[in-house]
Amino acid sequence: MEIKILFTILLSTILINNYVLSQILGLCPFLGVSKKLDSAVGMGLAVIFVMTLASFFTFLIYKFFLIPYDITYLRTIAFILVIAGLVQLVEMVIEKVSPALYQSLGIFLPLITTNCAVLGVAVLNINSGFVDANLGLLKSVVQGFGAGVGFTLALLLMAGIRERLEMADIPENLKGLPITFIIAGLMAIAFLGFSGMKI
Amino acid sequence: MNLLRLITDGIWKKNPILVIGIGMCPTLAVSTSISNALWMTLAATFVLIMSNILVSMIKGIVPSHIRIPIFITIIATFVIVVELTLKAFQPDVDKALGIFIPLIVVNCIILGRAEDFASKNSVLYSAIDGIGMGLGFGLTLTVLAFFREILGANKLLGYTLIPGMEPSLVMIMAPGAFFTLAFMLWGMNAIKSRGKR
Repeated sequence: MEIKILFTILLSTILINNYVLSQILGLCPFLGVSKKLDSAVGMGLAVIFVMTLASFFTFLIYKFFLIPYDITYLRTIAFILVIAGLVQLVEMVIEKVSPALYQSLGIFLPLITTNCAVLGVAVLNINSGFVDANLGLLKSVVQGFGAGVGFTLALLLMAGIRERLEMADIPENLKGLPITFIIAGLMAIAFLGFSGMKI
Repeated sequence: MNLLRLITDGIWKKNPILVIGIGMCPTLAVSTSISNALWMTLAATFVLIMSNILVSMIKGIVPSHIRIPIFITIIATFVIVVELTLKAFQPDVDKALGIFIPLIVVNCIILGRAEDFASKNSVLYSAIDGIGMGLGFGLTLTVLAFFREILGANKLLGYTLIPGMEPSLVMIMAPGAFFTLAFMLWGMNAIKSRGKR
């Protein structure tokens, strides 16, 4: 049965509760990096990676450090420092292992720290009660991975549409952010359709 | 530098959401009702003013290469203060705003002002800048919430407007947030381009 629950978590974070289009998290990179498809791919992969790792580490820190010492009110500060450190680490590792990937991701990597979807998934893992749950660590890692995939899906769809939009004839005052938000709204309506799904 | 100018700049010329385009997530997510918007404004403005003051106080001492982690730690401290205060005195508000209270930490407006303004200016100016930016954030949020609450819940400040009318629920959900902001930005652009002509 656990497999089924994990699958449910994965599907609901990717489609039903998509972090960008239905929970409104992580809008800054969603708007900032969705101009070109290739940079969107790089950003998406980096976010999936950081979110998965962040879910793993924040869960461990919450369960084995914050709870035993009874300092759970420090959650926010602990999580943001973990995420900042993690992003720094990922940056250094990618720089050593694959300079080419580092070049293409370069500027987007440090920005992931202030992506509210990353801190969001860490806090939501705790709020969903995974700490006391059976296989809680696995569940929160799956939720983190799913959230990252959902973010990437929304980002790629948006980048694809915006690349086409370059050629379109848009009223002068709608150019830039306004038309992007209208597209995001239409996409969000489309994603509302998933909420009727029964798993 | 004129103190009043700092405040009006925050509201109009350098409005963090409509002009600079940062701090979108809390803006869109909590603007479902005016009371949510006002509480969010209060919480974020408090954090903004306090972090601006503290950052400008320590601006000479902080080594520049570790300033961002230090700023984030300062901001997170005040966010925890807000979080615990709301939990103790306004549990309903805490429930309504939910995850977006801890997420004030990653609100780009606050880190942005710490980095751009408070780390270069005096304590008084930084505090005033915090008030101005907070007002700009709050006004935009309230206008958004005004339209969304009327259209999406058929209510204003919690009171039903037209009894028996079915509100369009989509305005309360994510799509409504995107559309309302799109129209606000459109209006803003229209006003600006008219000024240019």
